[in-house]
Amino acid sequence: MSTFRQNNAAYPFGFLDEYAKKEIRRTVLKAIAIPGYQVPYSSREMPMGRGFGTGGLQLTLSLIGKGETLKVIDQGSDDSVNAVNLRSFIEMTCPGINTTASTSESNLIQSRHRIPEKALREDQVIVLQVPYPDALVIVEPSEEKRKIMHGEADYSRLLVKLYEDIVKFDEITISHRYPTRINGHYVIDPSPIPRYDVPKLHQSKALILFGAGREKKIYAVPPYTDAEPLVFDDIPFRVESFIDEKGERHHCSRCGTHDSFLDEFINPDSGKKVYQCSDSDYCDEHMTSNSQEVING
Amino acid sequence: MSYVAIKGGGKAIAGSEALLDYLRCEQGEDGSPLDMDTIEHQLRFLHSRVISEGGLYHPKLAALTIKQSLGDTLEAAFVLRAYRSTKPRLMETSLLDSRNMRVIRRVSAAFKDIPGGQVLGPTTDYSLRMMRMDLLDESPAAFQNIARQWLDDIPDVDIPDTFPKVVDALREDGLLPPVNNAATEQVPFDITREPMIFPVPRSAALATMARGETGSLLGIAYSNMRGYGDIHPTVAELRVGYLPVLLPHPITGELIEVGEILMTECEVVAMYESENEGEKPTFSLGYGACFGHNEVKAISMSILDRALQSGMKHGPSNPSEDPEFVLLHVDGIDSMGFCTHYKMPHYVTFQSDMDRLRTTQGKSEEASK
Repeated sequence: MSTFRQNNAAYPFGFLDEYAKKEIRRTVLKAIAIPGYQVPYSSREMPMGRGFGTGGLQLTLSLIGKGETLKVIDQGSDDSVNAVNLRSFIEMTCPGINTTASTSESNLIQSRHRIPEKALREDQVIVLQVPYPDALVIVEPSEEKRKIMHGEADYSRLLVKLYEDIVKFDEITISHRYPTRINGHYVIDPSPIPRYDVPKLHQSKALILFGAGREKKIYAVPPYTDAEPLVFDDIPFRVESFIDEKGERHHCSRCGTHDSFLDEFINPDSGKKVYQCSDSDYCDEHMTSNSQEVING
Repeated sequence: MSYVAIKGGGKAIAGSEALLDYLRCEQGEDGSPLDMDTIEHQLRFLHSRVISEGGLYHPKLAALTIKQSLGDTLEAAFVLRAYRSTKPRLMETSLLDSRNMRVIRRVSAAFKDIPGGQVLGPTTDYSLRMMRMDLLDESPAAFQNIARQWLDDIPDVDIPDTFPKVVDALREDGLLPPVNNAATEQVPFDITREPMIFPVPRSAALATMARGETGSLLGIAYSNMRGYGDIHPTVAELRVGYLPVLLPHPITGELIEVGEILMTECEVVAMYESENEGEKPTFSLGYGACFGHNEVKAISMSILDRALQSGMKHGPSNPSEDPEFVLLHVDGIDSMGFCTHYKMPHYVTFQSDMDRLRTTQGKSEEASK
């Protein structure tokens, strides 16, 4: 993929000094060993804004090596401004790596707000950028107290919040960042992925890493680990619905697929509401296979 | 129909950066670029603020960050801070004693007659904030003349390089508790190498505030001053000056001076309390110090240090006494970054929000039927 920033030899490979990268790798090992536990780390300042994915970026820079293939997405798209910016920075400071927009060609994926539609493999690692690492923050502002609650697996106040939602609105109102219990103990904030992506965490073949730079935490959902959204026995977990009034599922207006998370917007030509895949690579792949079918058919 | 995500992000970023750089240079032929010395000296307080919030004492690079950030203090401190991440730590200085500071200004609000005397030094404290219209069109000759004149007019008095500290006198009088020598033996908490896991020691709080954002520190300290707290501080001593930095000689191990840093230090004396039940009560101390000449910051920090000590000991009774509240919200790099990130696309989460709202709306419509 093309880059708009040139290599800058004034900085070390991966920008961070070696001690910082070593610390992150050790933190990752601990995070994998204790699934869902938020491991604190020192988190250096990066040359882009806290909140723009500096936690994910530090993970990527510490894990990537020459010859590896990276995909960076934001809102599901490789072309969105922040994804382009992160990718070009990584290319600039990590000479010898490859970048791609293809989910299947990559072995390291850094993402904000989405997990790709295409199921990931065992040889892939996905790094998610995290603004709020702690699912308990919506019920308890003090980190010191939250740490104790996590240790005791005391999530009663979260469950009360869900219950109150049902009483008040007859619905659980949490839209994204849905609290998810990992390996039967720690409840994580799975980063601002939509509920649609939460089931992808469960028994994932790929290692899923979460990096919160500003909050200085790293946590993981290791491969083949249970990930269950917090629910009640009689109230099932529900993902975003793309069903219209007639009971039919909206499809992508570009590739026609019916099985992806969709972005809605107003078509400037027709003034009508239309839907498109949020995952641009998935959409492109469908377009290609559709046109193949036309050619072959 | 094409894909709707913002395409050509790279081009857009490059174009945006070019436009910003044009704005920096838009004076064109009428302008000339700022040089680093001009920034360091003529924008002294801006420079001080950036060097302190950036947490890296490099006057020249601090000036560069101000230039490239068009004077945005948060951005400039950010660039300086990010540069730190690329540098390994080679050595640590031993404890530096601020009694050795080459003082340019020191005042005490506690006593008229402090040992060594008050040195007002350079300050705007008593200036009238009226427009100096003569600076609107200052000629280089007039500018240079001010420096020459001032140097010519220095009276021939012997001012000592260093001054005794006011708090030492208070300690001798038994008004302050003696220095806790055990604390000086402890290795200070290094916030750049360790994450803060609460509760944290006082050294972590001091280090966090030393590079905290001036306005944030002031805002929270002011809440304490106004009544969300009861520190009632008295400035025992505020000093500004150059502190020699000592490092061990690589062969002999003997401490040698490797340079000096401009810094501001403030010690406030506050409400008295007994350290332990039955002991003689004494005043308590709040400490503030930072790189550069930043008096409001140092005073705010000293008040917050005192407030936090209270909170750590007795439990917080207001925001300024709560270590998590203060220490996790005063860093300019963290807070501005997160504030800025709200400008990034949030299509996915907003889609998800709409799904919840519409579902809930549908249910309430059904219920009202």
